[in-house]
Amino acid sequence: MMEKGTYKLKTGLAEMLKGGVIMDVTTPDQAKIAEEAGAVAVMALERVPADIRAAGGVARMADPTIIEAIMEAVTIPVMAKVRIGHFVEAQILEALGVDFIDESEVLTPADEGHHIDKWDFKVPFVCGAINLGEALRRIGEGAAMIRTKGEAGTGNVVEAVRHMRTIMDEIRWLAGLPREELMAAAKKLGAPYELVRTVAETKKLPVVNFSAGGIATPADAALMMQLGADGIFVGSGIFKSENPRARAAAIVEATIHYQDPAILARVSKGLGGAMAGLEISKLGEQEKIQFRGW
Amino acid sequence: MDRIKVGVLGLQGDVREHLLMVADCGAEGVVVKRQEDLKGIDGLIIPGGESTTMGRLMQKYDLIEPIQEMGREGVPIYGTCAGLILLAVKTVEGGQPLLELMDMVARRNAFGRQVDSFEADLQVKGIGDEVFHAIFIRAPWIEEIRDQVDPMAEVEGKIVMAREGNLLVSAFHPELSQDIRIHQFFIDMVRDHKKGSKK
Repeated sequence: MMEKGTYKLKTGLAEMLKGGVIMDVTTPDQAKIAEEAGAVAVMALERVPADIRAAGGVARMADPTIIEAIMEAVTIPVMAKVRIGHFVEAQILEALGVDFIDESEVLTPADEGHHIDKWDFKVPFVCGAINLGEALRRIGEGAAMIRTKGEAGTGNVVEAVRHMRTIMDEIRWLAGLPREELMAAAKKLGAPYELVRTVAETKKLPVVNFSAGGIATPADAALMMQLGADGIFVGSGIFKSENPRARAAAIVEATIHYQDPAILARVSKGLGGAMAGLEISKLGEQEKIQFRGW
Repeated sequence: MDRIKVGVLGLQGDVREHLLMVADCGAEGVVVKRQEDLKGIDGLIIPGGESTTMGRLMQKYDLIEPIQEMGREGVPIYGTCAGLILLAVKTVEGGQPLLELMDMVARRNAFGRQVDSFEADLQVKGIGDEVFHAIFIRAPWIEEIRDQVDPMAEVEGKIVMAREGNLLVSAFHPELSQDIRIHQFFIDMVRDHKKGSKK
């Protein structure tokens, strides 16, 4: 009589997170600060993306001890990352009872050809995308939520903007096509035809789409919301800043009142320094993690 | 009679789905983010989302007192999932701001974490004999009620929907289904109240 692990329940949880901010945390104390600031969920990590970037080497799923300690510390949903294609890390996270798995390019990919078959899991997945084709391939594999990738760990919003604009442009393009052109469009996007048709008809992605990768200020968050994001992921932007508590609360407010410049002005005041940030053009192609994912 | 206008608390959560349901029931839905948005609405829906987040934000934007006042004056309020928790006088866990309007104790994430979220067919009192396909996501249940609270649906002996006068709550999300009966039930409460208060 009771059905569990259905796609409806997976996408449903993503719907509940809409309009909210999901924050990267590495300790139970940070998780509590995030919860008190109004985060709708936390991403439990061993290191934030800026530190992963600095450290180099292979980045893997966090130690379950850290994830469990964070699950103990807060009542909001807890997400955790696995490497692209590493379905065993995902099996482990499902066994731990995390609420959402992020199959993330921020970690070092485990498979250079394939992503995880997400239909095989009861727990929902969120995946990154830089364009509509990639988003629909992930949804085709069972992702219940999409986030635009941006360029994680840079504190630079430019790539997040590029990816959100690309997806929105491609949706508008599909919505304007006659039906007989949708098969060729599906071929061009490298996306499942049925999903291409759904997007053309509904003029939106079939799942919630958050923005991620480089959001560092309340204004950045509001910018992404005005560009059409359903919500915001903030990685390094909070706990790499001077005053995480104030910045976290300000980004939450900016995400809610993204269309109200007076409120945005108020919450932007006196937050202390934002994370330093990286100039994207100074990164070599090898250093860009947004191109991980196939 | 004027068109029924229902506010949906829009701080966070599945606001859009409630607005679509309200429209399907022939009423007008408006998003409530600030105190001034409460003016002129005939009823209020508190959507699904994260109850701790919504509670803190309601406190920050001074929305708790005006909504409490509305509730005490008899304006119909419907809470789904997080909304159920926020309407309760207390939670088993404690430690979060609540509206404390409805005489019940809520248990948060009572059915478990996300992997324990479920779909089930329920008998719901007052909406006809046909079962309602209910979606429970990290759902609470109602642990205790006072006499004046009327249970409307149960799962495994736990109360998951109830009414106390002008207050209606469900632990599940009718806004995520295609079945408008529960929203229609609430809109009827709003219409009756509007008629009554005009006399």
